[in-house]
Amino acid sequence: MAEINMLQAINDALSIALESDENSILFGEDVGHFGGVFRATSGLQDKFGRDRCFNTPLTEQGIAGFANGLASNGMVAIAEIQFADYIFPAFDQIVNETAKFRYRSGNEFNVGGVTFRTPYGGGIAGGHYHSQSPEAYFTHTAGLKVVVPRNAYQAKGLLLASIRDPNPVIFFEPKRLYRANIAEVPDGDYEIELGKAEVVRQGSDITLVAWGAQVEIIEKAADMAAKKGISCEIVDLRTLSPWDVDTLAASVKKTGRLLINHEAPLTGGFAGEISATIQEECFLHLESPIARVCGLDTPYPLIHEKEYMPDALKTFEAIKATVNF
Amino acid sequence: MSNATSDNETVHRVSFLDRESVNIPILKILQADGTVYDNAVMPVIDEALAHRIYDTCVFTRVLDERMLGAQRQGRISFYMTCTGEEASIIGSTASLDDGDVILAQYREHAAIRYRGFTTEQFMNQLFSNEKDLGKGRQMPIHYGSAELNYQTISSPLATQIPQATGVGYSFKMQGKRNIAICYFGEGAASEGDFHAGLNMAAVLKSPTIFFCRNNGYAISTPTSEQYCGNGIASRGPGYGIHTIRVDGNDMLAVLAATQQARAYAVENHSPVLIEAMTYRLGAHSSSDDPSGYRSKDEEAKWQQHDPVKRFKLWMINKGWLTESQDAEMYERYRKEILAELKVAEKLPMSMLDTIIEDVYDTPPPRLKQQLKDLKKHLKKYPDSYPNSKGRL
Repeated sequence: MAEINMLQAINDALSIALESDENSILFGEDVGHFGGVFRATSGLQDKFGRDRCFNTPLTEQGIAGFANGLASNGMVAIAEIQFADYIFPAFDQIVNETAKFRYRSGNEFNVGGVTFRTPYGGGIAGGHYHSQSPEAYFTHTAGLKVVVPRNAYQAKGLLLASIRDPNPVIFFEPKRLYRANIAEVPDGDYEIELGKAEVVRQGSDITLVAWGAQVEIIEKAADMAAKKGISCEIVDLRTLSPWDVDTLAASVKKTGRLLINHEAPLTGGFAGEISATIQEECFLHLESPIARVCGLDTPYPLIHEKEYMPDALKTFEAIKATVNF
Repeated sequence: MSNATSDNETVHRVSFLDRESVNIPILKILQADGTVYDNAVMPVIDEALAHRIYDTCVFTRVLDERMLGAQRQGRISFYMTCTGEEASIIGSTASLDDGDVILAQYREHAAIRYRGFTTEQFMNQLFSNEKDLGKGRQMPIHYGSAELNYQTISSPLATQIPQATGVGYSFKMQGKRNIAICYFGEGAASEGDFHAGLNMAAVLKSPTIFFCRNNGYAISTPTSEQYCGNGIASRGPGYGIHTIRVDGNDMLAVLAATQQARAYAVENHSPVLIEAMTYRLGAHSSSDDPSGYRSKDEEAKWQQHDPVKRFKLWMINKGWLTESQDAEMYERYRKEILAELKVAEKLPMSMLDTIIEDVYDTPPPRLKQQLKDLKKHLKKYPDSYPNSKGRL
């Protein structure tokens, strides 16, 4: 057990994945010798050779299509899209091909061996092409799993589970936490089950749910609320598709209130899906309307990043309004 | 670094390159009368291979004729023919190893037939019945078979091109002497996936054959409105890919080119681009009427280049086929296809439970719940859902 940051945890997971399955291949823009723009793949080419860890030409649709082809023929494809903002050229390959390969062929072929890793999210002064959270586009597509870790420990365990899952996974990495989050991470091989939420903190007055980098934001807001005598239960969804309705519904039935926080814009965001489902599951238990604290319906801004963000203070205000409804 | 400019000849006045700068010869072996050009170098072919090729030609012709008719009668919803392009498709497939993976566009059913897809399997897919390998999930003509290494057709155009690069690379990594072959039309070569797939294959050294059927039209758009360069082949050297242009209506030329392309791809772990110059004699699909955008004269001219007829004449010249044997083959396939059609169209569609299968390896709870809710509704109003009535 060592204290390492999220990038080191991801690097460790990738190394274990390549080590434990010789059919696995790691590739993307600059991931070879350079180790990726964030250095998540540092040292892996030296360790596993240029055939198994390499740079691709600069083409996201090519990377995604290539990954599909590899996996369709029995390989494990771990592809990096340099920023989630740049996943859109690959959208057709991911949404029409990766997601539907098994279904459209009647399981004659599948690309379950594909994992797309991609850094997402704001808080790094990156403006609107280095800050987006495009998860909702992918949660709308049947056939994909969408996973978001919140710390170094999760990043390693969830990434290993994603790579070994027999379904294609999009693994969104919160780049704001890459170096900022340092945690105790076991040295060896371990997995965290996909599709399971985690109750991070017990509480009685309201349930707060988020994923990835926003979990620490709702934790801060919960601390602020605690000083006002409000007890918040905190749930980290971890997997957005398929998501753990039961754990969240059980929490809301206990607390009677729900607040959802995500960085992506409000309209059409995943909070809408959670809200509708929890309303169906927990209607008679709800004591106030479900609150959503999300990004604005604008492109991600540069200078007004702090204002745009669904930060702890906005969350704190929404907690009070919900509890006092 | 390997930037080529340092090796180039220098000039001292402005001089541009244009499409005429690229001179691409076209390989022709078989003449229209069924004789071979005097100095032609023959592909590897014996009587058994010639018969397997010709048998596939005849089956495909009959299938296309019968199933277009079935579509016109309203028995199936949609159909596409490969009439006029048989030599391109069959000549190339016949050059492969059975372990090579085929990634087709949608007009290459002759290739899966060559591999052994049965008449019954064709009919089951076309009628989307419970025996369709694709479980009735895609429109007619979206064939696929893991057993035959023929990846299931996907409707979005050109997506199979970078996938083929991945399949080829996987063979290299697995240490197998196999390749991927990817079929597409000249229209698909306008998509970004074409560039992505070829560029990656060249850079990553993926043993993959990119086979362009340049058949003159992308639905109604002629090549003159599709590209300005010298066809698709001219792009190959630009990517650093070994490239050849062949007469796509010449079975022997396609066979020769693809045999050598495959050998090169396996030996060098490298891609090859083949552009087959052919012509789509039929409509784009059963939903299309070509009389709106091309002349009868143009079609009549290309009828004279019929690739199946040309190959038949060669077989007859060789003494490997007679006119009466040929007529007997057509008749046999007409009967067989009609008989299988009648069986397939009466089979029921798959059970409703299959609707949530294969989305993931196992259905997640939300999908199981949705199916449960759906069944409850269908049981209440069975007459409104005749396909699943009594089969829940």
